[in-house]
Amino acid sequence: MTALALTGLHAGYDRDLPIVKGVSFTVQRGEAVCILGPNGAGKSTMIKAIAGLVPCFGGEVRLDGTDITGLASHVLVGKGMGFVPQMENIFTRLTILENLQIAAQLLPKQDRAGRIDAMFDMFPDLGSRPRELAGALSGGQRQMLAAARALLTEPRVLMLDEPSAGLSPKLVGQVFDTLRRISETGVTLVLVEQNVRAALGLTERALVLVDGQLAHDGPADALHDGRLLGELFLGHRTAEAGS
Amino acid sequence: MNPQAIIDGLISGSTIGLGAIGLTLTYSILRFANFTHGDFLAWGAYLTLTVAGVLGGLAAGLGAPVYPFSFGWGLPLAVLGGVALTVALALGLDRILFGRLRARGADTIIIVMASFGASMALRSLLEFIFTAKPAYFTKALQIANPLGLGMRATPDQLLVIGLTLLLVLVLHLVVTRSATGRAMRAVSENPALAGVYGIDVGKVVRVTWIIGAGMACIAGVMAGLLVQIRPYMGFDLLLPLFAAAILGGIGSIPGAMLGGLIIGLAEAFAVQIVGAEWRAAVSFVILVLVLMLRPQGIFGQRGA
Repeated sequence: MTALALTGLHAGYDRDLPIVKGVSFTVQRGEAVCILGPNGAGKSTMIKAIAGLVPCFGGEVRLDGTDITGLASHVLVGKGMGFVPQMENIFTRLTILENLQIAAQLLPKQDRAGRIDAMFDMFPDLGSRPRELAGALSGGQRQMLAAARALLTEPRVLMLDEPSAGLSPKLVGQVFDTLRRISETGVTLVLVEQNVRAALGLTERALVLVDGQLAHDGPADALHDGRLLGELFLGHRTAEAGS
Repeated sequence: MNPQAIIDGLISGSTIGLGAIGLTLTYSILRFANFTHGDFLAWGAYLTLTVAGVLGGLAAGLGAPVYPFSFGWGLPLAVLGGVALTVALALGLDRILFGRLRARGADTIIIVMASFGASMALRSLLEFIFTAKPAYFTKALQIANPLGLGMRATPDQLLVIGLTLLLVLVLHLVVTRSATGRAMRAVSENPALAGVYGIDVGKVVRVTWIIGAGMACIAGVMAGLLVQIRPYMGFDLLLPLFAAAILGGIGSIPGAMLGGLIIGLAEAFAVQIVGAEWRAAVSFVILVLVLMLRPQGIFGQRGA
């Protein structure tokens, strides 16, 4: 069953200069998909448009069959969409517990404490110091908190924008191990990533975005040797979407 | 030096602090210096006076002073109406002016200039409706009671200090312990991320106006009760309000209150040391010193 479907999406910050130009793809429920592409290809803009943070100028986004095009980000959270931005993805002046309590407000009152405890069980580094300011966490721990916050509301689709950005190789490994565990729970994952090797190791399917258009949509394995990816990034190959 | 300056400073500082709370919340959550905030104080006082007049007309007994204060039960009841009307004024102004500018993505300076223009319009409208002649909640005379150490205060003045401390405590608890307070702090730090967390930012903005305008109305009533009501009373308080908000640290409710008390005390001591004509300069000097030496204020965070 289709969890997320984009049809001819146009999005950006200026209607006359769209960054995302007519992108279409679907993601099946429980699938893990990575979106790759050179800098400036429009990957982050596209994922932000899906998450309600960037205006959509045309096309359609559907979540489990429901049209969610242009809905505000806070509305989308309630509909089962989780999003972890690339940077500044936690409230540093609030405690770890308060970060989770805010997200838990969307849940029925009787479920809140249980879900927060479940997140602390999943991320013991956070559970050991709930009243510490989130600003005191390391880069990897911040990504863990951001993921815990997004997972707390049990989203059907979880989108992450470059979760490895600015992290050491060791922390990148930790973050991707966590994402693997999340994926194994059946959550649909959509991942924008610059760390190609790590992303292809996690997901079954890869999309390549070049200049705001989908240049490739196929199994992640096909991109492992790097030759095809290099050609796509350099623009020598295009319009392979759906191959 | 006369120790009475301490009581005088605490009394005027209470009004300044309560007014500065709304200003600091607006500044931290809506991210602009709201020049209309002073006028919310004046409008709050006049609207409360109007409601008190209506209540007095309906039941004459409500105006009879309740010992030991100079006012009757009509005033506390009128404050409820005044707060509701001032909140409606603030929400209406946000809907027709500030909200539209935010939706268009207007620069902060445009919104600040808009608030400056709206401030002048609100002030002129007050003068047009109520005239520039001072008005009073009560004309009953009160005797200041000795408090020891050469200080004296009237029951009304002590009530103002006590009520202010109570309101600040309640607001501080709301902001630090409640879900609404957490949402306000989150929006203050990063509005876009707040949406991703599932917070309805528009609702938080409305709550901010409600708290800010409500506190402004009560501060205006306090100032009107202890001195007099004038269309320019809020405008005259604007500089001390900004100085208190910045001194306490933008976004901090205890900071705004402490800043207000420091400004009030500094003004009261300045009156004794250098003369009453320098009173207004004190806020300006403190504002400049804070911006130069500790721009984040007492409780503010660097870079916040």
